[in-house]
Amino acid sequence: MAEFEPKIVAFMCNWCSYAGGDLAGTSRLQYPPNARIIRLMCTARLDPAFVLKAFAEGADGVLVAGCHIGDCHYVSGNLKAEKRVKMLKKLLPELGIEPERLMLRWISAAEGERFANTMKEFIALVKKLGPSPLSVSARG
Amino acid sequence: MAEKKAERKAEEKEEEPRIGVYVCHCGVNIAGVVDVKEVAKYASKLKNVVVARDYKYMCADPGQQLIKDDIKEHKLNRIVVAACSPRMHEPTFRRALEEAGLNPFLFEQANIREHNSWVHMKQPKEATEKAKDLTRMAVARARRLEPQQKPKVKVERAALVIGGGVAGIQSALDLADMGFKVYLVEKSPSLGGKMAQLDKTFPTMDCSACILTPKMVDAARHENIEIITYAEVEEVDGYIGNFTVKIRKRAKQVLEDKCTGCGLCAEACPVEVPNEFDQGLGVRKAIYVPFPQAVPLVYTIDDEACLGCGMCEAVCGPEAIDYEQKDEVLELKVGTIIVATGFDQFDARRKPEYGYGRYENVITGLEFERLVNASGPTGGKLLRPSDGKEPHRIGFILCVGSRDAKVGNPYCSRVCCMYSIKNARLYKEKHPEAEVYIFYMDIRAYGKGYEEFYRQAQEEYGIKFIRGRPGEVVEDPKTKNLLVRVEDTLLGLPLEIELDLVVLAAGMEPARDSEKIQRLLRLSRSADGFFAEAHPKLRPVDTLTDGIYLAGTCQGPKDIPDTVSQASAAAARAAIPMAMGEVETEPIVAFVRKELCIGCRICERTCDFGVITMVDRKAHVNEAICKGCGACAAACPTGAMQIRHFTDEQIYAMIEAALREETEEGGREEVKAEA
Ligand SMILES: Cc1cc2nc3c(=O)[nH]c(=O)nc-3n(C[C@H](O)[C@H](O)[C@H](O)COP(=O)(O)OP(=O)(O)OC[C@H]3O[C@@H](n4cnc5c(N)ncnc54)[C@H](O)[C@@H]3O)c2cc1C
Ligand code: SF4
Ligand code: SF4
Ligand code: FES
Repeated sequence: MAEFEPKIVAFMCNWCSYAGGDLAGTSRLQYPPNARIIRLMCTARLDPAFVLKAFAEGADGVLVAGCHIGDCHYVSGNLKAEKRVKMLKKLLPELGIEPERLMLRWISAAEGERFANTMKEFIALVKKLGPSPLSVSARG
Repeated sequence: MAEKKAERKAEEKEEEPRIGVYVCHCGVNIAGVVDVKEVAKYASKLKNVVVARDYKYMCADPGQQLIKDDIKEHKLNRIVVAACSPRMHEPTFRRALEEAGLNPFLFEQANIREHNSWVHMKQPKEATEKAKDLTRMAVARARRLEPQQKPKVKVERAALVIGGGVAGIQSALDLADMGFKVYLVEKSPSLGGKMAQLDKTFPTMDCSACILTPKMVDAARHENIEIITYAEVEEVDGYIGNFTVKIRKRAKQVLEDKCTGCGLCAEACPVEVPNEFDQGLGVRKAIYVPFPQAVPLVYTIDDEACLGCGMCEAVCGPEAIDYEQKDEVLELKVGTIIVATGFDQFDARRKPEYGYGRYENVITGLEFERLVNASGPTGGKLLRPSDGKEPHRIGFILCVGSRDAKVGNPYCSRVCCMYSIKNARLYKEKHPEAEVYIFYMDIRAYGKGYEEFYRQAQEEYGIKFIRGRPGEVVEDPKTKNLLVRVEDTLLGLPLEIELDLVVLAAGMEPARDSEKIQRLLRLSRSADGFFAEAHPKLRPVDTLTDGIYLAGTCQGPKDIPDTVSQASAAAARAAIPMAMGEVETEPIVAFVRKELCIGCRICERTCDFGVITMVDRKAHVNEAICKGCGACAAACPTGAMQIRHFTDEQIYAMIEAALREETEEGGREEVKAEA
């Protein structure tokens, strides 16, 4: 059997983390291709239901990335996201999902390397955890 | 839920989506890794996709024409381009849609270059699969896109320029000459910035003050410029065209309209403190102007140094002194903002091996400028700090705090080679018998006339250039002479050279309070810490915040010619929206699906900008001030609060599409709608 390749959904803010991803690209930093990024204007837009939906649809991991604290284009959108992620991390075990499958990272537009490293790190971590219990059922 | 569906149907019923998908090769940038033909073929089978093509360069004219022709021929009403980052070319493609008569928001871009082909270069198979997924996600979102109108807002015909160095002065003068009102805010008591501190300027050797002070005076005299010194920006609110800015103007304790600048007060003042303008090498009084040609020529009482003895008040003829004066907070309305906050010199103490701060006769470039300047603390005679003697042997060490990853500054400061050569030449001119050394890694003489200037220094002035970064500088405690240890990398020889004075070419760093300005204005900084431009090549003076521009060294190290050109460029860019009188703004704002709102007020509490109020027990959005962050929508328990162009349905569609193939999507609501 081929090695387990996790499916990752990433929510990223337009101003910092998505742009950090662009910089990783222009700098040709290589990282594994497992994540599918959904661009939001700010992590403030992250409805906790989006994360649950991603897990319900079979994601093995969800990455949320925004501007560093203090750098959010809308002042404190990232603080709101941080609270929601904390709340979700408490909720996920109730659904049988390890909280580590949800990661929150601050990545600035200048941090192409941090972006690539975050991808490597998170994908390796989810690989180690194996398929999400929900994803197994989702895949039938 | 039923209601929600009903509404969605209503929005959709106007037209069944007819989607065109375009997969870009980007030369070999994408096609070299991703099988673009396969992606296009895959896309053609997705629901609602009417045409799918691949093309060499979608952003080029023929690529855009392809889209425009297809829109007409195939009656397309949604366009997906799988290409570079939307942060790169979304505006290009939106314009193409507009030109073909389609609303520009019916466009979605899949990022298969920056986020795919460039980062998975050795995994063509996986990258191709990922490109398909990203395209499928874009198509899923495109189906649910809705047309948006860009609201137009009036632009205030006034600009704020932050920082009164040569950059800020130039931008202010240009804008003022174009007929716009300019507020020029400077944090110190006078305009001028670092250029006012310099002695001569390379490569022409004009005296710095002689070319700068006329500009300062022009700014002061200009009817459209209001200079606000000893002041800082405290709050910035609003958006392009309509910024509201709060400025704290610190109390000078001297009335600006009464002070004549005669200076009797300073003569009378008994307190002496180190003068910042002379890098602390000279002294000033507690009541002072930083330098004689200061603009405005108004004295300032340094509150920390002042004893309150009343001596100045006693001698001031025009009764300009007012110890009770309070800080003033001004509120300004401006349409655009130019940031020109400049740089700070690298703190040479962070290179302890060179002894700055420990050895008296190790000084920095800026200190040298003050010591050779006729209005400086020594009247222009370069004297050793330790014994007040004229040095005979001087060494300049380049790249101190630049091109040095150890101190976190891998970049080149661009001016240190040239200003060190300038200062070496200046000294040689006055003291032909002196021994002058320059320790360098590479000489960067990139500007007009710079290489010639450098050659002359070598050939005609007999300045000795030694290639090598000195390992350390050691002081002889008795003579206070300095021993420089360096390996001459051209000769491959270790050298020890005894010198009377060592001048460190301390590099440029972002101004110390950049972080504060960054936060106030929501700017980004690049890895070097300087403010980031919107695009390094094509938008070098814009920022990613519309209506805010960058001038001078706050964006990166520069010499004066580059600073001035960039300042003029920033003024020209800032003038565009002000000349147009109105601009289009982003329609990405919150809106309420009234029938779903239960009036719980959660959104109202979540919004940090006071956008939401309750009208008839339903949430109401003031679109003009909404920033579109989405916090309210994420918090709303019923799905009533939504963000235009980022609705729940659009995002859910992407999540679903990210995780499964479309066939599984069959049987969903919208598929039935077609059948
Ligand atoms: C030793 C030395 C020698 C040099 N010699 C030469 C030369 O010979 N030829 C040449 O071409 N270039 C030379 N340069 C480079 C030159 O000094 C710069 O190019 C020029 O000063 C940059 O101007 P600026 O306006 O961008 O920044 P600055 O001169 O730094 O001006 C910035 C201004 O903004 C103000 N400010 C900062 N923050 C705020 C805030 N938050 N609010 C309000 N105001 C603020 C500061 O007080 C300052 O007045 C030299 C530089 C050094 C260090
Ligand atoms: S989108 Fe942001 S700014 Fe606009 S109303 Fe919602 S919370 Fe307030
Ligand atoms: S949070 Fe939602 S339901 Fe509550 S008031 Fe706001 S829009 Fe209405
Ligand atoms: S804009 Fe990046 S987190 Fe808010």
